[in-house]
Amino acid sequence: METKTQSLNQAILDFIDLCKTKPHADSYLIAVLHKVQQTYGYLSEEHMYEVAQRLQVPTSVVSGVATFYHFFRLQPRGKYAISVCLGTACFVKGADKILDAFRTELGIELGETSSDGLFSLEVSRCLGVCALAPVVTINDTVYSNVTVKQVPQLIDQVRHAEG
Amino acid sequence: MQQTFEFYDALYTTMLEQYLQSGMKQKTVIQVGSATCELAAGAASVRDEFAKLIAASGRDDIILKQTGCTGRCAREPIVGVFRPDQIPIKYEQVTIDKVQKIFQEHVIAGRPVTSLVLDKKTDILYSYVATVCSSSRCRSEEMEASEDLLRRRLQALQVPAGTVRIFPGGCLGLCEDEKKGSHRTMMVLPDKVIYAFADESQLDEIIDAHFIHGRVLKKYLTHTNFITEQFFSLYGDVAFFNKQTRLTLRNSGLIDPESLGDYVRNKGYEALAKILQRNEPAYVLEQLARSGLRGRGGGGYPTGLKWQFAADNPDPVKYVICNADEGDPGAFMDRSALEGDPFIILEGMTLGAFAVGAQQGYIYVRAEYPLAIERLEKAIAVAREHQLLGANIMNSDFSFDIEIRLGAGAFVCGEETALMYSVEGKRGQPRIRPPFPTESGLWGHPTVINNVETWANVPTILLYGADWFANIGTVKSKGTKVFALAGKVINTGLVEVPMGTALRDIIYDIGGGLPPGRTLKAVQTGGPSGGCIPASAIDTQVDYDSLAAVGSIMGSGGMIILDDNDCMVATAKFFLEFTQSESCGKCVPCREGTLRMLEILERITTGHGTEEDLTKLERLGDLVKKTSLCGLGQTAPNPVLSALKNFREEFEIHVREKRCPAHKCSQLIRYEVRTDKCVGCTLCARRCPVGCISGSPKKPHTIHQAECIKCGECWSACKFDAISRD
Ligand SMILES: Cc1cc2nc3c(=O)[nH]c(=O)nc-3n(C[C@H](O)[C@H](O)[C@H](O)COP(=O)(O)O)c2cc1C
Ligand code: SF4
Ligand code: SF4
Ligand code: SF4
Ligand code: FES
Repeated sequence: METKTQSLNQAILDFIDLCKTKPHADSYLIAVLHKVQQTYGYLSEEHMYEVAQRLQVPTSVVSGVATFYHFFRLQPRGKYAISVCLGTACFVKGADKILDAFRTELGIELGETSSDGLFSLEVSRCLGVCALAPVVTINDTVYSNVTVKQVPQLIDQVRHAEG
Repeated sequence: MQQTFEFYDALYTTMLEQYLQSGMKQKTVIQVGSATCELAAGAASVRDEFAKLIAASGRDDIILKQTGCTGRCAREPIVGVFRPDQIPIKYEQVTIDKVQKIFQEHVIAGRPVTSLVLDKKTDILYSYVATVCSSSRCRSEEMEASEDLLRRRLQALQVPAGTVRIFPGGCLGLCEDEKKGSHRTMMVLPDKVIYAFADESQLDEIIDAHFIHGRVLKKYLTHTNFITEQFFSLYGDVAFFNKQTRLTLRNSGLIDPESLGDYVRNKGYEALAKILQRNEPAYVLEQLARSGLRGRGGGGYPTGLKWQFAADNPDPVKYVICNADEGDPGAFMDRSALEGDPFIILEGMTLGAFAVGAQQGYIYVRAEYPLAIERLEKAIAVAREHQLLGANIMNSDFSFDIEIRLGAGAFVCGEETALMYSVEGKRGQPRIRPPFPTESGLWGHPTVINNVETWANVPTILLYGADWFANIGTVKSKGTKVFALAGKVINTGLVEVPMGTALRDIIYDIGGGLPPGRTLKAVQTGGPSGGCIPASAIDTQVDYDSLAAVGSIMGSGGMIILDDNDCMVATAKFFLEFTQSESCGKCVPCREGTLRMLEILERITTGHGTEEDLTKLERLGDLVKKTSLCGLGQTAPNPVLSALKNFREEFEIHVREKRCPAHKCSQLIRYEVRTDKCVGCTLCARRCPVGCISGSPKKPHTIHQAECIKCGECWSACKFDAISRD
């Protein structure tokens, strides 16, 4: 599924221009990439190329940085990104079982997106909500003390909202 | 130079006036937590519900306030109701359906809802709460404990039972030096006054005046600035809190983290005013060195010394950095601190920058903490607006500013050299030290990098003095340490205790112990760089050296409690999986060595391990530790090595008997039908996801082992206890 990405929006372009007025302009690369991902959900090759041009850093540096940091995604993800925390506290409270439940329930593996484009499955490494482990996030909403039983309900809830 | 104090006075007066004008003092305050953990527990909708009720009531003497995390995470959302005429009441696990009741009965009618009170205390209807210092720090062995003394005198003077609730507090924080050892302190609520008394007859006078006649007895009031006063006056009656010593977290859960006024009224920026007025960087360096403060980010390096190196460097361009990458997956001290009290970090960094002569600071925060980032951004903007950052801070000659830089999910970026590359916008790969950052850091200039909690200690040390600080803790580990208590313990949450507190006290007294029926197996500290301390060593004190002696490290403060259901081999493998996937790949021992170790652990947990594997693991671990380039590789084998050392037997059972005693390693579990108990209800056969259970109805069933994927469905489904697990 090849979706053509448009060029960067004005807010991002303005931000890049602002960075260029500051000392060590190239040090804002990670901040710019955060903004791009926040807006478009992932970093497309076209966008990275455009960032490189505008911020005046080599394309190789941009892709080097984008691939080094786990937080950056190079592929689009589902409309609802389900992320199971696999930090220590969540792990000892059985997060691996929660992850398995999502796998079975959604029929997708880690890093994959469901065929309807609705869900993708990811893991995170501690959101700092360890005291309420295990923790799952669906986009920006944090669910705490999640049980295996709750997993189908969480998915149904989203499906429901989608109609 | 005189202007600094004037500036501070004006700031303080403005903030105080704003507060008084708001009439807050005479109003009922409803305080709702608003940290990430509180929000995950549902605090936002609770807050909205209160807002609706307040609006509907038309009352303007009820105020809704947000605050950070108190650390009592297991009971969130926590709501405080502070009426001017009552002792403060805190409610636990307040869900939307409880809001109405609390509002009508307590906020409006003044009758606390006892059934919902935090930690289910039912004794909140006492007229007074007296918190006495029960710390042994400034008390000699022979002295009667303050709580016993007070109890005895209350009885002697025939104060009716139910009048005064006595709470043995932790160290209340500060006793005036000349009174130390000779006086005792006691805080009385709801009046929020503190008495210092020298002997029994003085105490009797106080009892007579205050508890019998309801008058504050002015002559024994102490005006000591005691630092945890505010915190204790709100939370001192809850056992979870009063065993703690809250220095760095003293404002968290108390003030509105977005309010500069709240911070300033709680002694915020007083230290900076004092230091800028004095205008003597060497004094700050001397105080820091004398305080004995050591880095809280894991390494434990003496902070004063680090600053001295940077200060001594002749380069005119210098930087300070706050390391808020909090990479340990299972720790949340720094997140809570940033969300609960962002200004204290800004003040700490400004003081540090002044001491070493830096012009620019960076806070490197992990992207996974959006709320912390938002709070910091707001705080920085407000500080700039009030000339607490930027040019000529507080009208002094000193100029300094702070910027936020985001991490992007790389654990290795917590390592200082990698972090600096990341701030520069590059791939975060560590480099060899020396040169150390204080010599050549950001863009080649001297840089001081410290952890969040380290910075949070700085204003307090400078406000109360190095000697005061050095009184807290042990000989070699000074001050307090915040731990993020998680795992198999009842009171999961944040805990700040003096260095030297025993693990047992943290886990049982503050943490409330393990859930019923579970036994303690190990305490994991230091995360992926640390180790597992066996239950037998539970009387170990937490300080840098004692933890190292039992094969772990202090680390940054993650503390995970493991019980008999946890497999030490699987836990060791979990950490190694983490470090292996986070290895930046720059050097061979770490990149390849951790992978080989992981393969061996994989073999052991799936029943293919040999005895020889255990020695191989040890040899390899040792090699990786000795030859890796940075701290990640140098410590990655620790969880494995410490587990091998302390729990060798468990590894041996895995390789010899191919069995996992904790039933965690699924490949080593065997499910079998107990033919004598099976009634042939067919439930298990219907549940089995791979259909490997056969049998006719009402006849004993059979599991076909070759196909079984060990999912355990049958075991949890059977209602007749007819499936065995071994
Ligand atoms: C792999 C690795 C990860 C680290 N992660 C952190 C971290 O998340 N937070 C932190 O403050 N220090 C971390 N450190 C320690 C830093 O390198 C550095 O020692 C510390 O920030 C210094 O501050 P302090 O002296 O105040 O502790 C890490 C070190 C290593 C080797
Ligand atoms: S020890 Fe590991 S993380 Fe550190 S530089 Fe080497 S490969 Fe990278
Ligand atoms: S453990 Fe799972 S796969 Fe094995 S028999 Fe039971 S239900 Fe079937
Ligand atoms: S669920 Fe239990 S009792 Fe029923 S058939 Fe299975 S083993 Fe037998
Ligand atoms: S380990 Fe999952 S939130 Fe910290």
